[in-house]
Amino acid sequence: MSEISRADVEHLARLAHIAMTEEELDKTVEELGEIVDAVKTVQEAAGEDVPATSHPLPLTNVFREDVIGHTFTPEQSLANAPDADAGRFKVPAILDEEA
Amino acid sequence: MNETLTDPQPLSFEEALKKYEPVLGFEVHVELNTVSKMFSSAPNAFGDEPNSNVNEVDLGLPGTLPVVNGRAVESAIKLGLALNCSIAESCRFARKQYFYPDTPKNWQTSQYDEPIAYDGWLDVELDDGEIFRVEIERAHMEEDAGKLTHAGTSGRIQGADYSLVDYNRAGVPLIEIVTKPITGAGERAPEVARAYVSAIRDIVKALKISDARMERGNVRCDANVSLMPKGASRFGTRSETKNVNSLRAVEHAVTYEIRRHAGVLAAGGSIVQETRHWQETSRTTSPGRIKSDADDYRYFPEPDLVPIVTTEEWIETLRAELPEPPAERRRRLREAWGYSDAEFRDVVAAGLLDEIEQTVEQGASPAVARKWWMGELSRLANARETAPAELGVEPATIVELNQLIEDGKINDKIARQVLEYHLDGEGSPGQIVAQRGLEVVSDDGALTAAVEKAMAENPDVVEKVKGGKLKAIGALIGPVMKETKGQADAGKVRQIVLEKLGIEG
Repeated sequence: MSEISRADVEHLARLAHIAMTEEELDKTVEELGEIVDAVKTVQEAAGEDVPATSHPLPLTNVFREDVIGHTFTPEQSLANAPDADAGRFKVPAILDEEA
Repeated sequence: MNETLTDPQPLSFEEALKKYEPVLGFEVHVELNTVSKMFSSAPNAFGDEPNSNVNEVDLGLPGTLPVVNGRAVESAIKLGLALNCSIAESCRFARKQYFYPDTPKNWQTSQYDEPIAYDGWLDVELDDGEIFRVEIERAHMEEDAGKLTHAGTSGRIQGADYSLVDYNRAGVPLIEIVTKPITGAGERAPEVARAYVSAIRDIVKALKISDARMERGNVRCDANVSLMPKGASRFGTRSETKNVNSLRAVEHAVTYEIRRHAGVLAAGGSIVQETRHWQETSRTTSPGRIKSDADDYRYFPEPDLVPIVTTEEWIETLRAELPEPPAERRRRLREAWGYSDAEFRDVVAAGLLDEIEQTVEQGASPAVARKWWMGELSRLANARETAPAELGVEPATIVELNQLIEDGKINDKIARQVLEYHLDGEGSPGQIVAQRGLEVVSDDGALTAAVEKAMAENPDVVEKVKGGKLKAIGALIGPVMKETKGQADAGKVRQIVLEKLGIEG
């Protein structure tokens, strides 16, 4: 049984600033549920003695030296921008959200 | 949103404190002064052409991978140690997800449940020397966001048509320091707030891990304030005033929020948990975003970065590199120099501790060092619209200049001229005096004789001086100058007259 409720999807859509229709919500509840169920099979393989991990690599302390490497020119930075103005990315105004 | 319109009148600070006990909390963000960014090798630099200090990692382009800047990690450990924190044996990064164009990835790489440093404390010194202990909850590593400019008809965020984004600041290494709730400050809460932020700034500067320039946003403060009735132990609802970026503003913002909360509570209202914006001109705060379910950041461990593991050996190596804590250094220097509290405070405020310390180390007395740096050099810096420490005058130059005075080769007035010539690039004080022929008559014998003659010829003046009118000495300087053909040092003349009359100058 899926653990993804309709309320979960509505909440996620709000967090992601995505407007969804009723039909889209219904469909997404179902699809996300299936994805979660698929991922859950991992729980069957991992016993209680297997600690949780954020990635499978047996590595720690991978550091970079504090030196400057390659850097874009402003033109390169903006090459894929949908819109630009005065050397800056131009984006729609988002109201009431000073992060 | 607009409850400033309906907020009751804030109480006076005194009234507020009679009724309520303030509880404070701070989140201070420190921008590190690494050469490159936290997770990319693009430059960490201020003031450059927009979007010129970024690469594919900072722009969050698909398929790119971050790599941690080792020096930033060491800076974080050092700061943790300076804040008396425990350093995590193992910690991870996490994704803090939010959708706003200041981060092109749609998440900020931060730390969540495993900060690199935790459970510390910092003793901050208040104006009267009292020590107040602030408990530190944690210090964690993260990255800064890009800078948005809101454009459009109103020029404000509301009513803006579009925003322009410069990602040069995106990915600059940050350390966020979070305090535990600060109770018991009472009426000194605003002072504690300023002293705390000031102490953090001093520490990161002394550690040389940040440029620590608040006006550039290197040190930024979010101030949490709540009130509870006197005698209560359950905290009230808090407000969080964002980006209060000067020491004075921190003090004023805390004062205002205490008054505002008290006004609302005393009128039977309740505080809305929200962010507030600091308004410098009116010294008030205005409502921002109400805390809601939109504050659900869906943190999860960053899968693109491996954990950081610290060893005791590594930590001890870094601990050994820590400088003397700034507060201890100030106490030591104040004692050694014998300045009054006010004098010492002025020196600290002028940012001249290093200069005066070096000037004293190189042989000048603390009083002389202070006289030059706080006097003439500050005046010259002011005229040049810079800071005295930025003039480029070496402590050794001041020592040399002062030696010329002590040797009687020049007087104070000429020394001040020499300093101007020095700033104009004419060389060392000794060279300037030689080249310009500025040496005054320093022959005590000839000078004393001239003074004696002038005193003998002006008995009425001598009587006045004896009677306490020290200004009358001026009348003797003219004849002495005449006798020495203008090469006498007026200060010395005065000194000789006073000595002869047995008066303390």
